[in-house]
Amino acid sequence: MNWVWFHRFGSPPYFYRFAGRWAPWFLGIAVLLLLVGLYGGLVAAPVDYFQSDAYRIIYVHVPSAYLSLMTYTWMAIAAAVGLIWRIKIAHAVAASCAPAGATFTAVSLITGMIWGQPTWGTYWAWDPRIVSQLFVLFFFLGYIGLRGAIEDRDRADRASAVLAIVGVVNVPIVHFSVDWWNSLHQAPTLLRSDGPSMPMSMAWPLLVMIAAYTFYFLAIMLMRARAEVMRRERGGAWLREVLAREAT
Amino acid sequence: MNVMRNSAAAAATAILQRDLLLAYRRPGEWLQPLAFFAIVTVLFPLALDPEAARLRQLAPAALWVSLLLASLLALDFLYREDARDGTLEQYVLSGQPFTALLLAKTATHWLLTGLPLALFGPLAAISLGAPPQAAPGIFVALLLGSVTLSLLGSIGAGLTLGVRRGGALLSLLVLPLAMPVLVFGARATALAIAGDDASGALYLLAAMGVLSLTLAPLAAAAAVRISLE
Amino acid sequence: MSEFLDMSGYGAYVWSAYAIAIGGLVLNVWMARRQQRRAVQEARRRLAMQEQS
Repeated sequence: MNWVWFHRFGSPPYFYRFAGRWAPWFLGIAVLLLLVGLYGGLVAAPVDYFQSDAYRIIYVHVPSAYLSLMTYTWMAIAAAVGLIWRIKIAHAVAASCAPAGATFTAVSLITGMIWGQPTWGTYWAWDPRIVSQLFVLFFFLGYIGLRGAIEDRDRADRASAVLAIVGVVNVPIVHFSVDWWNSLHQAPTLLRSDGPSMPMSMAWPLLVMIAAYTFYFLAIMLMRARAEVMRRERGGAWLREVLAREAT
Repeated sequence: MNVMRNSAAAAATAILQRDLLLAYRRPGEWLQPLAFFAIVTVLFPLALDPEAARLRQLAPAALWVSLLLASLLALDFLYREDARDGTLEQYVLSGQPFTALLLAKTATHWLLTGLPLALFGPLAAISLGAPPQAAPGIFVALLLGSVTLSLLGSIGAGLTLGVRRGGALLSLLVLPLAMPVLVFGARATALAIAGDDASGALYLLAAMGVLSLTLAPLAAAAAVRISLE
Repeated sequence: MSEFLDMSGYGAYVWSAYAIAIGGLVLNVWMARRQQRRAVQEARRRLAMQEQS
């Protein structure tokens, strides 16, 4: 019985109204947290003993990587829900995740490269985490490509959902295989995956940034899913009503 | 129940026979990937310098990258013809388990690309400077790896079935999935060429083969069904 | 101030990373907004066509 609240999300008008109401709030909270996090990361956090000021890249790098993985998980869950219970809104949500996921995977890779140069002395290393992230980027691009290539929306939804599920099964295999492959090469001496544990004065801006990115993701996802829902609607009184209210 | 299973197996065998017969009548299609494999492995020493020691080091990479590309090339005719003339729809309507029927088609793909490439691979490796003793190890690695590649490819081919000019998209979808196979396959080949024990990597290749044999046909069947609607 | 911009010599690295990250954030908001505008336009056109027929 506790389920009932959830089923309302399957109704396009309800979802559209819900997304329209909450997306601006989430975006506002995200911007506020982002400003606090940026101040904390760039100004308030003390200089690192080993990496000097270069470590400050962590405050944009880690949240981006986190966002890309969160998007990936959300997308796969939404795709599975859509495929199994045939809920159209779930497909709309899955479709809305991919572009943000692709951008933030790319951002995390690029900021990682920029960070790598001053600290490891190289832009690129074949470290398991970097390669997995690159795989995730290819996966997002493939997902977007497949979705764009199939004209029929319903078919595009379900084909890309199958791809999302296959991709999720494959991610751990990729990670472990690269891990194993790399461990046979010489041990990475420059890469310390666990540095010295972070003092609170450095950690709090990171936590704030991660919270900001979470709200940001929710806002973007709702905004995009809202547009997707509208695109999928073939008429209906609520659409007329909404369009009458919508400014051009 | 037993009758059902037998009839599914019979139907799958019939499809396998039909596809092999078709391939026999039209050898151009499946010979292309083989020729492609041969040319790419020949191009490697020409593009690099033909110094034996360096070639031997690059042999695993050359073999596996060409295997991957040749397998992708052959995926194009996995479902396409049968989708165009309505054969796949008949399979769906036949009442037989669709997964089993598609698995038979994937088996054809493997028999026509994976198996000959695995047979030809050691020869190519020797021409790249691998010692003849490495041939059995290379053969087994290619054999196991190509099974996984065919199965993963069947998912990608199913997903891109309804897509016009889906070739580039197909490789974008399949290549990331195939990365673990490439990693372990090349590793096993390198170990075999160096004369070391490659069984660890071979076991992992076999494990991936079994995993994809259990899961990939389901995903491929779902993908083809969606594309046919 | 210039000391802050210099980031003890790592200014180019730090600021370019921040610029790219923030660029990504802004880009996604912009793309989502554009998608919404387009969806509204499309829906309007679709409804107008339905009413005509």
